[in-house]
Amino acid sequence: MIAATANTDSLSWYEASARQRIDALVDPGSFAEFIGPEQREMSPHLSIFDLPEQFDDGIVVGRGRLEGSPVLVAAQEGRFMGGAFGEVHGAKLTGLLRAARALQQDVLILFDTGGVRLQEANAGELAIAEIMRAVIEARRAGANVIGLIGGRAGCYGGGSLIAGTCSRLIVSEQGRISVSGPEVIETNKGIEEFDSRDRALVWRTMGGKHRYLIGGADTFVDDEALAFRQAAMDALKVTRGCGVAVLEAEQTRLERRLQRFGAARDAVEIWQALGIDTSTDIPALPTDAFLAAANNRENADDAR
Amino acid sequence: METLSFRLSAPTRAGGTRMQAIVGVVASGNLEVLLERAAPADSCMIDITTAAHGFGAVWDAVVRDFVARRPAGGLRISINDGGARPDTVALRLAQGVRKIEEPER
Amino acid sequence: MTLDDILAGLFPNGSKIDISGAMIAGSAILPGAGPIHVLGITQGQPLGVDEAVALARRVLEIVKSGDRAPILFLVDSSSQRMSRRDELLGLSEYLSHLAKALLLAEAEGHCTVALLYGGSAAGAFIATALAAGTLVGLPGAHPAVMDLPSMARVTKLPIDVLKAKAEATPVFAPGLENMVQTGGIHLVLDERAPLAPQLAAILKRPQGLDERSRLGAERGGRRKAAEIADRVVALAACAPQGTQHG
Repeated sequence: MIAATANTDSLSWYEASARQRIDALVDPGSFAEFIGPEQREMSPHLSIFDLPEQFDDGIVVGRGRLEGSPVLVAAQEGRFMGGAFGEVHGAKLTGLLRAARALQQDVLILFDTGGVRLQEANAGELAIAEIMRAVIEARRAGANVIGLIGGRAGCYGGGSLIAGTCSRLIVSEQGRISVSGPEVIETNKGIEEFDSRDRALVWRTMGGKHRYLIGGADTFVDDEALAFRQAAMDALKVTRGCGVAVLEAEQTRLERRLQRFGAARDAVEIWQALGIDTSTDIPALPTDAFLAAANNRENADDAR
Repeated sequence: METLSFRLSAPTRAGGTRMQAIVGVVASGNLEVLLERAAPADSCMIDITTAAHGFGAVWDAVVRDFVARRPAGGLRISINDGGARPDTVALRLAQGVRKIEEPER
Repeated sequence: MTLDDILAGLFPNGSKIDISGAMIAGSAILPGAGPIHVLGITQGQPLGVDEAVALARRVLEIVKSGDRAPILFLVDSSSQRMSRRDELLGLSEYLSHLAKALLLAEAEGHCTVALLYGGSAAGAFIATALAAGTLVGLPGAHPAVMDLPSMARVTKLPIDVLKAKAEATPVFAPGLENMVQTGGIHLVLDERAPLAPQLAAILKRPQGLDERSRLGAERGGRRKAAEIADRVVALAACAPQGTQHG
């Protein structure tokens, strides 16, 4: 058993790079990368667009230890191409999840992505589908697949669909989860439908607090690497699988959500329906006060 | 993209025992620097792929200054550049040398 | 082909299939294969929270019935519904839930086949067609991640430049043939031949194998994905080494 003495320095998850997040998340010195930057497995497609490549194609995958237990880890780099999924980027995560199934080992996915990389859109889209299948197969083999969301790029597009296949999700306030991004909705449907420059609207519609309140995420943490580490350790203590009972329970809670909140025009109406007296204050509340206010939130109860 | 290559004599060998280090990310105004112990001990090889065309003379000055000031002997340095300013390049190179010198855990 | 033509071609002995709004649901007898469940989204409609949860409910009912009959999922959609309401309610969970329901059905013994006969894009494509065990297309189907005009806006490249680049690679541009080349679509059915035996043959394929990256490599549209994924699996299976990176 390796002593689980974590790095005790404070580190903003939002500001950190993919590699810094991994270093802060797993037991010190325990991480070993698969197909690291020295392998120079870069995107074969970006040169078509005369765009710069990155040696790891924007994702770091490998194995490490958490409190001494082996885990597989993937971290997206949201600053490179918006953390988007391309062919190589996606295949590294697909391979990691297939390994998780074969080894029955838990996986931590550190999302930081705008979705599919348009310059290799078909390859990225198929990677999303392959990853979702691999997540479910790993879960059915007994592995936990935990999503950690709090990066600069959020968790958008196909990334949000992968997140929806995870067994548990950990978010910070900065962790936006959404299929269509604000700009995409505005471009396609007009500013009356969604004003992407209204940042307060973006955060209360897609941000981590709202997702936590409606059961779209299981754990809400501060924007601190150590908080994500503690939440990941807690999340790995229970394994729920992904069988008929879990999906039936998810069906029930998603139908209930539409019944309860389907007519709401804004997140504040949903928060009011949840009995939060100070609903308009939610965006400004510090974590302790927010968690207290969130006492009657919709809990996913592992129906995911 | 433009590629540039430098083979410089580097009298001081890079410290530490790590075989490689990587710093930075490829983004607008930023760059990644991969350092590997894969050059003769008295030289430093630097290969650059950059999105900004026509800055060969600036790169020449930055990498020569780097090799003169820092222990870079024995390093093969590979750079993917998203159009960083010279001071950012110098900072990343210095960070890279510090990182490969860090004790292994 | 129209939906009516397809259903008539697949199920000459008749079927009990309701088409209400954008939703298809029912069952039929496929000559040479027997009973088959039929689901789908039609009329090029977007897939939002309401449609996804209704389709998932039907899939889960089929799984609970325990009949292990195949499921045919017909797809002619647009993208995910792009709206404030859908995102407010957590659209990603609804789309994932539908995909998971289809993957569950396959794992529980239902052969799942998606037939793309119209459009589909982005999140709707992932949650439906790409979540089936096998995806086949009909000539004229037009899958896309994003249409070229939108792609031109985002990449800030003129559409003519994008079109020229699309001639050189199947990896980014919309279209059926590109999705075949990259391995996403197993095959394109022959619309001049009877459809029922073609679908019956697909139903005999082994289930539970994700062959898409291998097909993409063989067809040349996605040469790296299979190899990279296999390498990661092999590296993860090796005993931990002491080496450190980074």
